[in-house]
Parts: sequence; structure tokens; C-alpha cells
Amino acid sequence: MVILEKDNFEEEVLNSKGLVIVDFWSDGCEPCKALMPEVEALAEKYEGKVKFCKLNITKARRLAISQRVMGLPTILLYKDGAKIEEVTKDEAKAANIEAMIEKHI
Amino acid sequence: MENLYDVVIIGAGPAGLAAGLYSARAKMKTLILEKDKAGGQIVTTNEVANYPGSIDDATGPSLVARMVEQAESFGAERKKDEIVKVELQDKIKVVTGEKDVYKAKVVIIATGASPRYLGVPGERELTGKGVSYCATCDADFFTDLEVYVIGGGDTAVEEAMYLTKFARKVTVVHRRDELRAAKSIREKAFNNEKMAFIWDSVVEEIKGDGIVEKLVLKNKKTGEITEIDAPEEDGTFGIFPFVGYIPKSELFKDFLETDKGGYLITDPDMKTAVPGVFAAGDIRHKSLRQVVTAVADGAIAAVQAEKYIENTFEN
Ligand SMILES: Cc1cc2nc3c(=O)[nH]c(=O)nc-3n(C[C@H](O)[C@H](O)[C@H](O)COP(=O)(O)OP(=O)(O)OC[C@H]3O[C@@H](n4cnc5c(N)ncnc54)[C@H](O)[C@@H]3O)c2cc1C
Repeated sequence: MVILEKDNFEEEVLNSKGLVIVDFWSDGCEPCKALMPEVEALAEKYEGKVKFCKLNITKARRLAISQRVMGLPTILLYKDGAKIEEVTKDEAKAANIEAMIEKHI
Repeated sequence: MENLYDVVIIGAGPAGLAAGLYSARAKMKTLILEKDKAGGQIVTTNEVANYPGSIDDATGPSLVARMVEQAESFGAERKKDEIVKVELQDKIKVVTGEKDVYKAKVVIIATGASPRYLGVPGERELTGKGVSYCATCDADFFTDLEVYVIGGGDTAVEEAMYLTKFARKVTVVHRRDELRAAKSIREKAFNNEKMAFIWDSVVEEIKGDGIVEKLVLKNKKTGEITEIDAPEEDGTFGIFPFVGYIPKSELFKDFLETDKGGYLITDPDMKTAVPGVFAAGDIRHKSLRQVVTAVADGAIAAVQAEKYIENTFEN
């Protein structure tokens, strides 16, 4: 998975063609850490079709808020740089992330 | 029978982890099933001051990490799966998850509770968009912003004080004219310069376009409606409701006895009315729902499970 920071978010996500998944997480967020291995497994499954990225919001809070993310875990799906769908909190489960991808692939 | 467990525990909160520790240590083949993170509700808080014997500055996650380590060191297995169906009446119990089916001689129900929603318009739509029930997950977002905490009990006031470490200002909105929280907690809160209070008020609605922008309150005594808008320079603020809990007993309430609130009834040995089915922790009807009572329940359930298996299966 591509590790996002303030400096590369625009290039890797907003200026990127095709489908991009961004996993928003933080050091304090236990549900995020429980979910991460499943997102990594999806990244492998969809390799070459969907770009998977993760952003630790602890150092990029304003960036996350600019994407209208204010709660964790949240997974956003972008297409050609535009946010098209998301799952958050209780809905942020592997099965729902996969369903979201399948809808747009 | 292949893959028959002695004890299957549903839920890896403090109650389930303690049951797992005791059960595995008694050499029973033990599986703990958890739908998301291990630890349950307590990993949503950074302030656990009242668990006896814990290290200074224990947090929910640090406390739970050690419980998991202990349970696993005695051989308890853990698996991530959400249980969607149970058949518990027969001697061999069948527990069905989204991923797999599990069989066991004993089932310990430790599914705990979840936060009660306010049930107002906008709340569900704006969860994760400024509305949060998990301080450890989301406190970071509110650094230098304003936060409203809804509720007046211990949890509400303690979480509000924790949030003052991040937020510019934290306002507690309570439906009565005094806090229900314990005196020691109240005093700290009143002395905290970043805290403010709105009394006699309930939330009517939460509004915002993709992010929280407005909180509508109603004064219960005067009927007056107040609209609180996000400060212009911030554009948003946080809302943390802590107004009680609801038990996660839907899977069981058709065949196990519950109290009016939906909590499962057990005897002092954690037995339900169905042989081989025990309940432990916040899911039970009891007077104090804390980590210390959850782990005690778990230990008792596991020891009673061992006795039950001895009497029922080995003769
Ligand atoms: C914000 C907050 C602050 C708190 N502060 C304190 C404190 O300072 N001190 C203290 O002692 N207590 C505190 N508590 C209370 C304490 O967290 C609970 O009493 C304790 O966690 C109860 O443990 P439990 O194992 O019974 O249930 P829970 O912690 O609720 O755990 C139940 C687990 O079961 C899982 N589960 C449920 N249904 C299923 C299913 N169908 N399939 C698979 N898994 C399932 C859940 O995901 C969860 O992980 C606090 C609670 C909150 C919310």
C-alpha cells in the first residue's frame, strides 16, 4: 500500500487516474488497526486494478478534514481524483469495502 | 468430532478475554470469537483510573493488550468473525459466523453493550463526520476545535475531560440541572478551565452538509430552542454522545430470559436457563458495568463451564 502524507496526497490520489482507495487511520484507533490487515489483503487481490493507499491522520488532520473525514476508520474510494464513495465506522468492514470496489470496477 | 471446542466465547471484550484466560489455563480447548478489534468498549477510552492493580496511566488499549497476551499465553485461540446465528439448546452447541461454523460443549456469551444513540435527525448521517462515540479513535480530529459532549454520567464527564487535551473548549450538554457523575469527577470537571456546561437541555437535531455544522438544542424547562453554529474560522465542531448503552442481546433474546432493558438474566454462577450456556460482562443484568466486574464474570463463567463439562460429558 502507498503511504500517504501531506506532500504526496495530491499526486497519488487527486491527480491519479482510475480507482484509488484511501484507508484513513491513526495510532490511537484500535478498530483501524484491526481492519488494516484485511485492507492489505484486498490490496493484494485488486493489484493492478485499484491503487490502495493509507493515511495516518495524526500528522495530516487538516488534510483529512479537507476530504470531509472526521471519524475513523474511514475508507474513501476515488475515481480519477474525485471522491465517489465511502464507508465509515461500523460500516468499515472488509466485505463492504469489497462491495464498494466491485460496484465501480 | 472434528474441531469440537470445549468452550466457545462470543466477544473479546474484558469479560470474554478473562473467560478465555481461565478456560485455556484449565486446559480446555478454547476459542474466542470477535467481530472487530479485541477489547470491546474499553479500547475506546484512554482513561481507565479505576481498574485495581493496573499500571499508572493505564489506557483502555494498554489494559486490553495485556489481557489478550495473557489469554493467548495459556493457549486460547482467537478468531475474527461476526456471529450471526446460534443454536444452543442441544448438548453440542453450534455457533455460526459470517466466515465459519463452530461447535462447542459450552458457549459463553460476552457480547457486551454498545453506545445508545441519541435518535435525532442527522445523527446517523453525520457519524464519522463530526459525531463520534470513540474518543481514542477520533480525538485527534478535534485539536483546537470546539466539542460538545452529550450526557452527564461518569463516562460523559470523564471523556469530556480527556477531550480537553485536544479541543479548544468542551461543553457538556446535560438534560438535568446537575451532573450524575461521581463527586470526585464532578469537582475536577468544574475546575477545568476548558469545560463549559449547558443544563436542562437535549439535542433536537444535528445538521451539516457532509460534516457537522449545527447543533440544535432544546431547553426542557423553557422549551426554548437554541441553534449552535460552527465558528466560522473552524467550519465544524465535534459532538460526542455518551447517554448510556444498549445490550447486544438480539441473537439470544428469543430463547434466553432478559430484563426490561434487554440484558440477559443469569444466576450468580453466570448460568443462563439453558444448560451449557453462560453469560458474562456488560451483557448481563447487574448493578455495576465496569472492567473489574466484567473480568470477574468471565472468570466465574469459565470455572463453572469446566464443572459443567466434567459433569455432563465425562463419566
Ligand atoms: C467511553 C467508555 C469509558 C469507560 N470507562 C471505563 C473505566 O474507566 N473503567 C471501567 O472499569 N469501565 C469503563 N467502561 C466500561 C467498560 O468498558 C465495560 O464495562 C467493559 O468493556 C465490559 O466488558 P465486556 O467484555 O462485558 O463487553 P464489551 O467491552 O462490550 O465487549 C464485547 C465484545 O463482543 C463483541 N461482539 C458483540 N457481538 C458480537 C458478535 N455477534 N460476534 C462477535 N463478536 C461480538 C464486541 O465487538 C465487543 O468487542 C467504559 C466504557 C466506555 C464506553
